Amino acid sequence: MSPVEMNLEARFEAYVADEKKIEPKDWMPDAYRKTLIRQISQHAHSEIVGMLPEGNWITRAPSLKRKSILLAKVQDEAGHGLYLYSACETLGVSRDELLDDLHSGKAKYSSIFNYPTLNWADMGAIGWLVDGAAIMNQVPLCKCSYGPYARAMVRVCKEESFHQRQGFQIMLTMAQGTADQRAMAQDALNRWWWPSLMMFGPSDAESPHSAQSMKWNIKRFSNDELRQKFVDMTVPQAELLGLTIPDPDLRWNEERGHHDFGPIDWTEFQEVVQGNGPCNKERLAARRSAHERGAWVREAAAAYAEKQAQRKTSSTEPHAA
Amino acid sequence: MSTSAKEWPLWEIFVRSRQGLGHKHVGSLHAADAEMAITNARDVYTRRQEGVSIWVVPASAITASSPDDKEPLFDPANDKVYRHPTFYKLPDEVNHM
Ligand SMILES: [Fe+2]
Ligand SMILES: [Fe+2]
Repeated sequence: MSPVEMNLEARFEAYVADEKKIEPKDWMPDAYRKTLIRQISQHAHSEIVGMLPEGNWITRAPSLKRKSILLAKVQDEAGHGLYLYSACETLGVSRDELLDDLHSGKAKYSSIFNYPTLNWADMGAIGWLVDGAAIMNQVPLCKCSYGPYARAMVRVCKEESFHQRQGFQIMLTMAQGTADQRAMAQDALNRWWWPSLMMFGPSDAESPHSAQSMKWNIKRFSNDELRQKFVDMTVPQAELLGLTIPDPDLRWNEERGHHDFGPIDWTEFQEVVQGNGPCNKERLAARRSAHERGAWVREAAAAYAEKQAQRKTSSTEPHAA
Repeated sequence: MSTSAKEWPLWEIFVRSRQGLGHKHVGSLHAADAEMAITNARDVYTRRQEGVSIWVVPASAITASSPDDKEPLFDPANDKVYRHPTFYKLPDEVNHM
């Protein structure tokens, strides 16, 4: 690094530490740009792939009302993906590159979306737990040092609260329903609980990028802090539902003022991240096929636009006498 | 598995949230032409009645001031505090002026 760059970098660090925002054309260290591209694109991919497990139930929602709600929620997730892709593009990467990285398996997305949605209560558990955990992760990002990311997150967070509430309401309805419905709700909680805790990422000691991201004000709280907050928030909600969180070690710790909870199976997490979760292949195949089958539409629209533009220029050209 | 060689162009989206307010930048999106940009902007940026009017502008048509020019462009206003009403200390009797 040259002395000039070192000086720039020191100024940048001080500027960001002072809670000031960075905008697309401002100077930034390469590592900051790379970190953001990685994080924002992973986030965007998660929103888009996250549509698949829920999309699975749109045609099988139990009522027209539930179907409209689920459609609106899934459409929101598409919107979140789009806000985030365009925020990411301000860092100098193209949409095509981002999509290629997703489709080739080079880019990652949240491992939670590699689990299957087996019964209708899963729509409840996902809204309640998965969107709930996402909110916990996302709210601090509204104050992130990179302006376009922070602004996208403000929009996302405004929309997320409906997602969590509709999910909880599904759980509530089923928990208060027939014995079968209650069993479905419990089964969904059993399957989604641990993967939801994994959404906060590896424990702080194992989280390689955390310290730097904190310094840059991209990250505000550690993975373990947010996970603890999520557990503390969710335990009373599960009690209200009359459902049991599948963790025999879960108990209130008076001294800490927090709930203690059992160890997370990080081998499972690593397996899913590596591509060996129950639905990794299915999810990627669905994304690729949607992209490939949409290619002719993108090409036709581009050709049509070009033709229209040509017509416009030729009709406005002055006619020779 | 290459995507279509040509990406749809990028459009910057501005939304008027209600009559009486100016259009405000809300983000950007890709679309083949202006008409499609408006339709997409409707779906992406106004799903909850966030707007009553949309402007779409090809991102390539925007000329922006450079961050390096921040100082020469905006600092001269720094020492002109007399442009602000609070600069003028007036007798209490007329202080609502
Ligand atoms: Fe989302
Ligand atoms: Fe959501």
